[in-house]
Parts: sequence; C-alpha cells; structure tokens
Amino acid sequence: MTSSAAPTETLLTVEDLHSFYGKSHILHGVSLSVGRGEVVGLLGRNGVGKSTTLKTIMGLVSPSQGKVLFEGKAITGMPAHKIARLGVAYVPEDRRIFKLLTVMENLRTGLDRQGVTEARKQELLDKLFEYFPRLAERRSQPGGTLSGGEQQMLAIGRAMMLEPKIILLDEPTEGLMPRMVSQISEIIEALHKEGVAILLVEQNVPLTLASSQRVYFMEKGVVRHHAVASELEVNDPIIHQYLGV
Amino acid sequence: MGMFADIPWDIIAIQTVNGIVTGMILALVASGLTLIFGIMDVVNFAHGELFMLGAYIGAVVLVTSGSFWVALVVSTLTVALMGAALQVTTLRPLLGRDPLTTILATFGISLVLQNYALWHFGPVPRKIQEPITGQFELFYLVYPWYRVLIAVLSAAIIGGLYLFLKYGRYGVWIRATTQDRFMAQAMGIPVPWVHTGVFAIGAGMAAASGVLFGPLIGINHAMGLDWVLKAFIVVVVGGMGNLGGSIAASILVSLLEAYAVILVGYIYVGGQPLSPALAVVVPFIVLIVTLLFRPTGLFVPTPK
Repeated sequence: MTSSAAPTETLLTVEDLHSFYGKSHILHGVSLSVGRGEVVGLLGRNGVGKSTTLKTIMGLVSPSQGKVLFEGKAITGMPAHKIARLGVAYVPEDRRIFKLLTVMENLRTGLDRQGVTEARKQELLDKLFEYFPRLAERRSQPGGTLSGGEQQMLAIGRAMMLEPKIILLDEPTEGLMPRMVSQISEIIEALHKEGVAILLVEQNVPLTLASSQRVYFMEKGVVRHHAVASELEVNDPIIHQYLGV
Repeated sequence: MGMFADIPWDIIAIQTVNGIVTGMILALVASGLTLIFGIMDVVNFAHGELFMLGAYIGAVVLVTSGSFWVALVVSTLTVALMGAALQVTTLRPLLGRDPLTTILATFGISLVLQNYALWHFGPVPRKIQEPITGQFELFYLVYPWYRVLIAVLSAAIIGGLYLFLKYGRYGVWIRATTQDRFMAQAMGIPVPWVHTGVFAIGAGMAAASGVLFGPLIGINHAMGLDWVLKAFIVVVVGGMGNLGGSIAASILVSLLEAYAVILVGYIYVGGQPLSPALAVVVPFIVLIVTLLFRPTGLFVPTPK
C-alpha cells in the first residue's frame, strides 16, 4: 500500500476475502475500503476477480473466508436483499434489466420499499428523469426493447431508486458509444456530489482516473497496489504493469 | 370429412360449452402449477394433493358451517398456509440444487398427503353439495347453472391473479423474481419470501379448484392424480411457466377432448363405433405433438 488512507470515515471495508466459483478459487484474499461518499476505482485485467469482488460484497457469491463490513457491521454471508436494504446497490456488468418489465416497473423494484412515501418516490423519479430524460420517454416500454445505452441508464437509475449509500458499479461504459460514455461519467460525478459512494470497476482507465479519488489494482484475485487517482497518469508505469496497455 | 357432416350442430354447441367449462377449471389448477414452476423452477408433484386436500377441507367446513362460500374461502386460506409451510420446510432448503431433488421432495409430499387423507377421511368418497342447483335448457339438455358458475369463478380468480401480477407491488416483485432471481434479490426484494408467497398462492388456487370441482366428482384421496396429470400436460403445451399459455392450452385441450367425444362415435371399426371414452387420449396426443414440433410450448411467442 503506497498511498494515504481513506480521506473520510470508512463506509465499506473488505478484509481478506476468498471466493470460489464452483471449484475454481477466484478471490485469494481481497482487501480494500471505501470511504463515505468516496468514488474508488478497481482496475485490473479481465478475469482477475473484479466482478467477483463486487458480487461477493453484494452477497450474491458467498465468500469462503474473510469479512465484509458495512458501516462497521459485518454483512458477510447476509442474503443480498438484506444487504441491498442497508444501502448497497449493485449495477452488474451485463446490466440485467428485467427485460419483460417496463422501465417504470424496473424502477419500482427499487422504489417499492417500506417507508418510502409517494411524494418521496415522485421526487426520486423526477430527479432520475432529469438526468436521463430518455427513460421518462420510454417509461411504459419493456426494458428489453431499450438500446444498450438506455439499458445502462436504466440499470444505474434502478440502483438509484434504492437511495443507496454506495453503488457497486461494474463496467458501466462497456460497449457504449462515446456520447453515452461521457453521460456515464457525468452521472458518476453527480452521484459523488450527492454523497453517494461508488466502487467502480472499469476498463476505461482515463474515465476511472478522472472519476475516482483512489484506485486499487487487482491481479490474480488479490489487490496488489493502491494509489491516489490524481497522482496517476494514464500512461503511468503502474498502469502498464497491471493493465498492460 | 364426409362422414362427420351429419353431426348435429347442437351437440357441437353443447360440447363447446362443456369444453370451455372444463377448460376453465383446468386453467385454475394449471395456473398455480405454472406460476410455481416459472418462479422457482420447481415441478410441484404435490399440486394434485393440494387440490385434493382443498376439496376435503371444503367438504368438512361445509358440513360444520353450512355455507359453500365459507368452505371455499376457509379451504383456500388453509391450504395456502399449508403450502407456505411446505415450501419453507421442504423446498427452501433445496433452492439452487439439482431440480431432481425438488421433484423427489414434492413427490414425497404427495405420497404423504395422499396416504394421510386415506387414513384420516377413509376410502369412501365424500361429496360437496353445490351452492346453486338451478338448471337451464341447452338445446335438448338440462344444463346445471353451477357448471357455468364454476367457469365464471375460475375466470374471476385467474383474472384477479393477473391483475395482482400486473399492478400489485408484490406482483412486480413476483415478475421480477421470475425473470432474474439474483438481480431481484440485489434490488432488495426478499426472494425467499416471494417464493413462499407464490407457493402459497399456487396452493390456494389448487384448493379453490378442488372445492369448486368437488360437487361434480366424488372426493377421494386419489382424485388429485387425474387433474394434475392434465394440468401438467397443459403447462407443457402452453409453455412452462407461461401463465397465459397455460390458460389457452387448458381451453384448447379441453375443447379438443370434448369434440373428440363426439367424433369418435362416428368412426367405425369392424362395424362398431369407437367408444367416447377413447377421447381421454386426446390431451396426450396434443402433448406428444407439441413436444415433437414445438417443445417450448404452443403459446410462447419467442423461445428463450
């Protein structure tokens, strides 16, 4: 670990996480932390376990060893729906829109929670539609009929409906047109300003360095290196070492 | 087709009514089955026994309360609760395992329930008195209003289920869970309880159809088998897990069977007409043809 600790109070701590997919050992002791309201990038080549780290935090993969702490409480091994209700939202790599549900119904899966008033629901929707007017236009359309970029907006919007304290964002710009990519970086910025923490897995290095405060580098199922994003250049030797670009 | 030309059209009309009525009851049994399969990939072999228990509980409550409608409601709720308990104790621990384990588990439940019913209620069939006994004339037949009432009630229950799935908060949860269990859970939907709820709804619907159908047949411990077999056929024909498909298939299969009852009487083998009882093979023929030519189901627009 080369650089400074989290600048603020710690929101999420991952300690020595080990996970298996069937018989293959994917995570070999991942440790990282995300501060409250902090955007943290997680970089590494394909197959080093970045997505599995997010899935394990979310409770979708159970770790064989290690701990996940959220706001100081252990959430390791908790079912995903309880983790979601604590304020952890997940935007998976393949978006996983509910294809047969309309845009509005997709959003309702996150909105229809205990203790959310109708007024608050409307507020959340208004705010979302301000960011993504396309979703408002398509609110009655089945999610499966949206374009890739629109599905990505919906996946992020759906996560926002949970009013999360942290969003686990897995490759949000994968396969998107440049115009959409800049829209994604704007929304990350906006969420950051609102105080939502983000753990961002991305292949797009410039975007990751621009959006994040800190970055972790993963290799072969462990975090090897840790840096302050503003101290790194896109062609930094460290980036070459871990990403081979 | 010349030999069928002299079939009186009033017989065809009567068989059409019969086919639709039977189809609606079958649809009620099958929609619970297909809902459960769609959401948790569980082929519920105990569905027929829930139907049977529903009929028995209905018969018992009818005797004590004197009201068919009280019997219908009490039986539906009781069996729904039993379904929830069965799901929590037997199926929830098996989630994510080989589907074979759930088939064996539900088959085991069906044997236990059948033999429990035999032990508790005895081998003599019971009867439920229908709530309305009026009849009307359908061409040369006197046709009981009750049969029409069953069709209407089945349609109402299925319609209610549809509206609930379409507009209800939990309906959205159920549809989201059916499409992507893991993503639904990541959105904070309590998927294990959604499964339990759906199993309870399916069980309740089986019980309701048992009570509704009780007046037309004798209630006995093995009555579930016939119905669940046909329900399985329409669930496969309609496309596994596809609610609308199961309903369409129920009506299609029942109509074909009703028409076959007439048609076989016009087919002569060795100078004798075939027995109308042969019509029972029709659903199986439909099943085999479906599996041969469109194994994903007849009413599925685009196979997954």
